[in-house]
Parts: sequence; structure tokens; C-alpha cells
Amino acid sequence: MCGIVGLFLKDPHLEPELGMLVAGMLGTLCDRGPDSAGFAVYGRETPGAIKLTLRAPLGHDFDCLTEQLETTAGASLPRVVRDTHMVVTVPLAREAAIRATLVEVAPEVSVVGAGRRMEIFKEVGRPDLVASRFGLPDMTGTHAIGHTRMATESAVTTDGAHPFTTGPDQCLVHNGSLSNHNAVRRELARHGLAFQTENDSEVAAGYLTLKMREGLSLDRALQASLATLDGFYTFVVGTESGFGVLRDPIACKPAVMAETEKWVAFGTEYRALVDLPGIDAARVWEPEPATVYFRERQ
Amino acid sequence: MPTIDLAHTSLRELNATLHRLKFDSNETHWRVLNPRGQHAVAVGIDAPILVEIEGHVGYYCAGMNQCATVVVHGNAGPGVAENMMSGQVHVKGDVSQAAGATGRGGLLVVDGNAAARCGISMKGIDIIVKGSVGHLSAFMAQAGCLVVLGDAGEALGDSIYEARLYVGGTVKSLGADCVHKPLQDHHRAELARLLEAGGVKGEVDINRFRRYGSARRLYHFHIDNVGSY
Repeated sequence: MCGIVGLFLKDPHLEPELGMLVAGMLGTLCDRGPDSAGFAVYGRETPGAIKLTLRAPLGHDFDCLTEQLETTAGASLPRVVRDTHMVVTVPLAREAAIRATLVEVAPEVSVVGAGRRMEIFKEVGRPDLVASRFGLPDMTGTHAIGHTRMATESAVTTDGAHPFTTGPDQCLVHNGSLSNHNAVRRELARHGLAFQTENDSEVAAGYLTLKMREGLSLDRALQASLATLDGFYTFVVGTESGFGVLRDPIACKPAVMAETEKWVAFGTEYRALVDLPGIDAARVWEPEPATVYFRERQ
Repeated sequence: MPTIDLAHTSLRELNATLHRLKFDSNETHWRVLNPRGQHAVAVGIDAPILVEIEGHVGYYCAGMNQCATVVVHGNAGPGVAENMMSGQVHVKGDVSQAAGATGRGGLLVVDGNAAARCGISMKGIDIIVKGSVGHLSAFMAQAGCLVVLGDAGEALGDSIYEARLYVGGTVKSLGADCVHKPLQDHHRAELARLLEAGGVKGEVDINRFRRYGSARRLYHFHIDNVGSY
């Protein structure tokens, strides 16, 4: 099954409520994906800096890690710790050095996402509990995507939870199952991509990453995936300025979109959208199969 | 008129209440408020009543319906009116995939569009879609009529048996063993009856419809078709 939600705010007045609205949407889809959950929130940027979302084993000493990273940076680094994750804002010029330090001093810590505005959080557990562990209801921003997972293709682990990052400020969530992910993974590995899991969705994220590295836009990379990725899928991708949607040509997996003057939303089911403000007057429709939709801020 | 507000009453209680109705019940007109996309709203009714649902519903609304008229003032999710036996289901908005799936009788009317697989494996139900239908509609359709005032997506009527398909707009492609057939007078009469039942009599020109049905080369297996498998 799995459930996906996405919310893009057109009205800046709603930005303080982004996390609360998305937490409600995710909570509704607990029954489509009770194993684990994750979400990407696009908030404020700091000029000249990039945010790294780090994930560590439970109980990790983030204070000690931060000190080590600050030594490398030669400056103090703004950070927010949320449960097993820490978002640390680093100067762009020091990003590579800080990543190198991370690998050296804390190999057990992984970078789950990086970007000027994107923060990614994911964990095993009931989606509503995962959302409150990370304090999602208090988060603010312009847009967010989220996922509730019912594992079918690989183990229930934090690494197997969505979203999967595909590049700076980009991530992917997936509802469905890919049937040729092993073959595609081998092909991507030959191009130098490394994978953390046996998960089919991570392969889809890797595919998009490679295509964009080869010069395609995200839009074109998604189009290209129609020919390569076999199986059932609804993909939602988060970008710095919005989100995109693609359903497989057979459209096996459900998908609903809704729009008002104040927001655009995606939900695996309409149920996920019913508490959005003004939903009763929203235009509600089902996205067409094999068609890439993007909703982005100009 | 009894009104059940799903903001205060559980779905299970709504359906149990409707199931308890005797065939000759005097409570013949029901309103359901705040469906909020819930699944299986008003399923399994077996009495000649009218149920009006105020809002969008989720999966399988009015499934297995018998004798009742169910009106959805909104959109419906996947599998609306699936396995309907008799009666009528009228959706004022759009419907998701597999509308009217496996229906054995009755009438499904969709004022908006239907997504993929509309009328999949229909077995006697009549379906009228005033907008367009998605791909693989009437897949393995066995009996009944699918009337589409707008367009049909890819692979219409794939592996069709004896259902009759009438499309007013364009057809993106026909599925295996589905062919265009001439519209004869008794088909025009059937179409007129269905359009009247769907409330659009006189609004559309019957002669713009094209009829599609089975070429009968696939389901009576013939060795010449072995390449089709």
C-alpha cells in the first residue's frame, strides 16, 4: 500500500501552519503505511549556506559531533536536534570538508538530505508517532512531502523509509513496487552509485540522480523513468521550489490532487486532504497516468 | 427524512442502519453528511430507498447495491458501485478507477469523468459517463452497456465478451479483440433509452455515437490467435 502526501502553499500566511497541516495528512494515512514514515520540509534558507540533515543511532552525542564539525568549519554551526536527526547549517565553501570529517569521525552518522531549504526526517514506527517525535506540527515552510510505508520489497528499517534524496534540495517518495529494481540497481552501480538498502524506491531515486548528473532536468529524468522503471508506482518528488507527481502508465496506485487559491495538495487518498482549510470548495482531480505534473513557485 | 452525520456516527453504524431496513420501509429518503472520503459508504443496501451523500466518498461507495438509488453529491474513489445488482448510483462529480466493476445489473451514472478501468468485467450493469473514461475501460466486459459521451482512453474493451460500448467522442485505441461495429436501429433505441435514464435525453445527438464490441475471435479460442497471447 503506502501513502503519500504533499502540500504546496500559495498563501504565505499559511506557512506557519505547514507542519501541522502535513502532520494531520500523514496521520490520516497511518493505515496505508504503519511501518515507518518520513517527510521533507522546505523552510527558510540561509544565504551562502547549506543545510545537512544528519541521522544517527538513538542516543548519539550530537554535541560532541557538532564540536568536531565546528573545528573543521572554523566557525560555529547553527543546528537543530530533533530526536535521531540533526539539521546543521554549514557554509557552502566548507560543505565538502565537513562531509569528509563526518565520514572520518562518525561513520555511523548518515547524511539523509542536503539543500538550501530541504530538511528530511524519517524513522521506523507509526507515522503519527514518528511525526510527533520529530516535532513536525511545529515546523514551518512553503511546502512539504511525506510518506507512510507498508514495506513489500525490503525490510522495515530507517534506511528503507522514505523520502530518498536524489540531489541537493531534492527527494523522492514512492507508492508501489518496482519489478526490475535489481537489474536497474546493478546498472546504476556500474555508473558508480552506491546503495544503502535492497529497497526498490532507493533505486528509483538513484536512477533520477544519475539522469540528472548526465544533464537531464528533473522533469526530463522523470519522463525517462517511464521507459526504464517497470512496475507500479506513484512518485512524488520534492524540489526547492515545489513538487512533482508521476504515475505509472497503468495507474495502479491511487492518487488525488486538490487546489484552492491558497494551496495545492497531493494525497494517495482524498481522506488525507479533508482537514485542509477550504477543502470543500477545492478543485479535486485525479492526475493522469504517465504524465509529469509539477507545481512550483516561480 | 433521516439524516446521518458521519462526523458523529460511525460508518459501521450507518451501514448497519441501512441494512436493517425492511424492503417496504417507510423511511425511503436518507441523507448522509460529512463522508470526508471514507471508504464503503452505503454499501450492501437491499431496499428501494434513496440515499443522498453530501460530499466526496472514498473506495467502494454503494458497492453491491440492490434496489436502492444512491446519489453522491461529490466525487467517488475507486470501485464505486462495484458489483451492483440493481438500482441506481448517480455520482455528480468524477469517479476514480474501476467504477461499476463486475456490476451485474442496475445503472451507474457519472456526471463527470471516470478514470481507468471503468466497467472492468461488467456483467450486466449499464454505465453512463457524461465525461470521458480512462484507459482499459470495459476490460473483459461481459454484458451490459457502457455509454461514454466524451472520449475513451487506451485499450478500450480489451478482451471484451458481449458488453456493448457506445462512445460519443474519440477512442485513443481499441484493446485486443474489440472492434468498431455499425450502429443499427435497435442500438439507437437502446442508446435513447439509456440516455433518457441518464437524464440527458435530447442533449446529445445519437448519431454521433460509435458502437464497439467483441470481434469474437479471442474468447472463443482459435488457433489462428495463438500469437495474441
